[in-house]
Amino acid sequence: MILRLAIGSLRARGLTVAMTLLAIGLSVALFLGVEKMRTGAKASFADTISGTDLIVGARSGSVQLLLYSVFRIGNATNNVTWASYKDIAAQPEVEWIIPISLGDSHRQFRVMGTTAEFFERYKYRQGRGLELSEGAFFTDLFDTVIGADVAATLGYSVDDPIVVAHGIASFTEHKDQPFRVSGILKKTGTPVDRTVIASMEAIEAIHVDWQNGAQIPGQSTPVDVIRQMELTPKAVTAALIGVESPLQTFALQRQINEYPEEPLLAILPGVALQELWAIVGVAETALLGVSAMVVVTALIGMMATIFSSLNERRREMAIFRAMGARPSTIVGLLVLEAVLTAAAGAILGVLLLYCGLTIAQPMIDNAFGLWLPIEALSLRELWVLFGVVVAGAIVSLVPAVRAYRLSLADGMMVRT
Amino acid sequence: MSPKDPIINVEDVRFRWPGRASFALSVPGFSVARGETVLLLGESGSGKSTLLSLICGTITANAGQVSVAGKDLSKLSGGQRDKFRADHIGMIFQQFNLLPFGSVFDNIALPLRFSPERRSRVGDVREDARTLCSALGLPDVLTEKASTLSVGQQQRVAVARALIGRPPVIVADEPTSALDEASQSTFLDLLFEQVKAHDTTLLMVSHDPRLGARFDRVVSLRDITQIERRAA
Ligand SMILES: Nc1ncnc2c1ncn2[C@@H]1O[C@H](COP(=O)(O)OP(=O)(O)O)[C@@H](O)[C@H]1O
Ligand SMILES: [Mg+2]
Repeated sequence: MILRLAIGSLRARGLTVAMTLLAIGLSVALFLGVEKMRTGAKASFADTISGTDLIVGARSGSVQLLLYSVFRIGNATNNVTWASYKDIAAQPEVEWIIPISLGDSHRQFRVMGTTAEFFERYKYRQGRGLELSEGAFFTDLFDTVIGADVAATLGYSVDDPIVVAHGIASFTEHKDQPFRVSGILKKTGTPVDRTVIASMEAIEAIHVDWQNGAQIPGQSTPVDVIRQMELTPKAVTAALIGVESPLQTFALQRQINEYPEEPLLAILPGVALQELWAIVGVAETALLGVSAMVVVTALIGMMATIFSSLNERRREMAIFRAMGARPSTIVGLLVLEAVLTAAAGAILGVLLLYCGLTIAQPMIDNAFGLWLPIEALSLRELWVLFGVVVAGAIVSLVPAVRAYRLSLADGMMVRT
Repeated sequence: MSPKDPIINVEDVRFRWPGRASFALSVPGFSVARGETVLLLGESGSGKSTLLSLICGTITANAGQVSVAGKDLSKLSGGQRDKFRADHIGMIFQQFNLLPFGSVFDNIALPLRFSPERRSRVGDVREDARTLCSALGLPDVLTEKASTLSVGQQQRVAVARALIGRPPVIVADEPTSALDEASQSTFLDLLFEQVKAHDTTLLMVSHDPRLGARFDRVVSLRDITQIERRAA
């Protein structure tokens, strides 16, 4: 009956209660939404590369190697010689190895040389492979496959010509050997979207007339001559490795790290991704902190409404007191009311979250390649909701204690 | 003038509202016998409601003794006093007696929630509430929201609430002042019918001396108190 009366009292103050509910609901939805984005971003970050057991590059930091080999951020300080690459490839533990050659760009996008096997072996989001939305993988020496963002930003379609610039943000273009777009990849939400992919041979071919980063004066080998040449790379920037058995990963890693001919570094992508997230994740945590503050603000708003309702409700309190309710019952009534409000607000927040997710999910996937799964609330989220209700109860103690004082001072007659 | 078997007994009580120097109530002696109906007269602001609060135990005297049904209220803890009030006293206010958002039934049954003793005297609560309502001349309004009732009906619901579970004492604080003359008299008729039928003690305060005829005894607050007033 007390519960029924508490609900009745809430309903009697419908409009203010609805406002409070909305504020709590929105803030909870915001908080859960940010939390979802955060875990989604983290998961998708961790999903940038999967299925690769080791990444090998010249010795530097593991985060740096990850950044340039996977995220195409920054540059390799050194290359891995072709001889070392061949050596590693010959190791019995190696199931497959894919070379990566970076250093050229097309407009604002990086050009990556690799082998056709890359399209088959590169996996993201728990084993998803690359797919073409248009065209074909390499068929000719000067074919390129471009990522979805490259195509969208530059408005390219299949068969468009591409001129590759030497170096990054450089204006010395390899004009002599125009490339062709042979295929466009589907959006992946990984750095592949912003990459122009060419074959290792093609990268080698455009550097035939170059030495030490400068064009050899007066030398211009015609394209048909190049096509006849043996285009063995002299070096690779990095390599992706899959091992025969996961158990061998660490042995191979140590072997590469102790490679005598050349200082090399092999990293486990998952571990390096986590290291990198520890750096990037700070911003997300800050965002989460801000949205937690929004929830707190909404709860304080609820406290304010309870406070302002106290005066008009002194009569109600006096009736309860006259009927034999203890002052602690009055406190309990107000806390119960706050708990009901907070709980209803939390439920509203969850509903808003799911509505928002359903609407925004495809948009976010399109815009950021971030797939936010619509799934049941996690234990963690349930704890958050529980926390909101508990916080609501705690916050309501302040006006409840005031009501306690008032009801003691008023006796049972309200002065009017 | 102290009756043989007082159910309410006030002795040498002094009370001052905290933080209000301008008003102090002092009652050397006042008592009501079991089953008696007493009208306490006094003008507005004279301390009638304050005295009722003291008797109901929602406030405690600074000095002296207030006993109800033989219990010295000052000997009880706050919680015990609240329980004691629920068990022994049915309360009717001047107006705004009911929780406007609750149903009539919930309002009537509310005291039972705080007094298992009164609850035990009632068999089927809904049935009892219905009987009380019809005895008080109310139509079938149990499921109605209290705020939809007229003032006169609300006052009768308040009587039903005070009567349910048959507490030995009914305390009424100017219950008729919000009613017009015709409904005042029906209201009192119905109230007295119930009070007499169950031999309930009734202490009612009012500023209106015309109501006095029905009561066993009419007491003027001025006669039982020494009110100290300083310049406000
Ligand atoms: N809760 C309260 N707190 C402080 N002063 C009060 C309170 N209730 C009543 N008073 C004061 O006590 C005096 C007597 O009031 P009251 O007992 O309500 O008189 P009556 O019921 O006879 O009109 C008044 O001066 C009033 O202002
Ligand atoms: Mg009064």
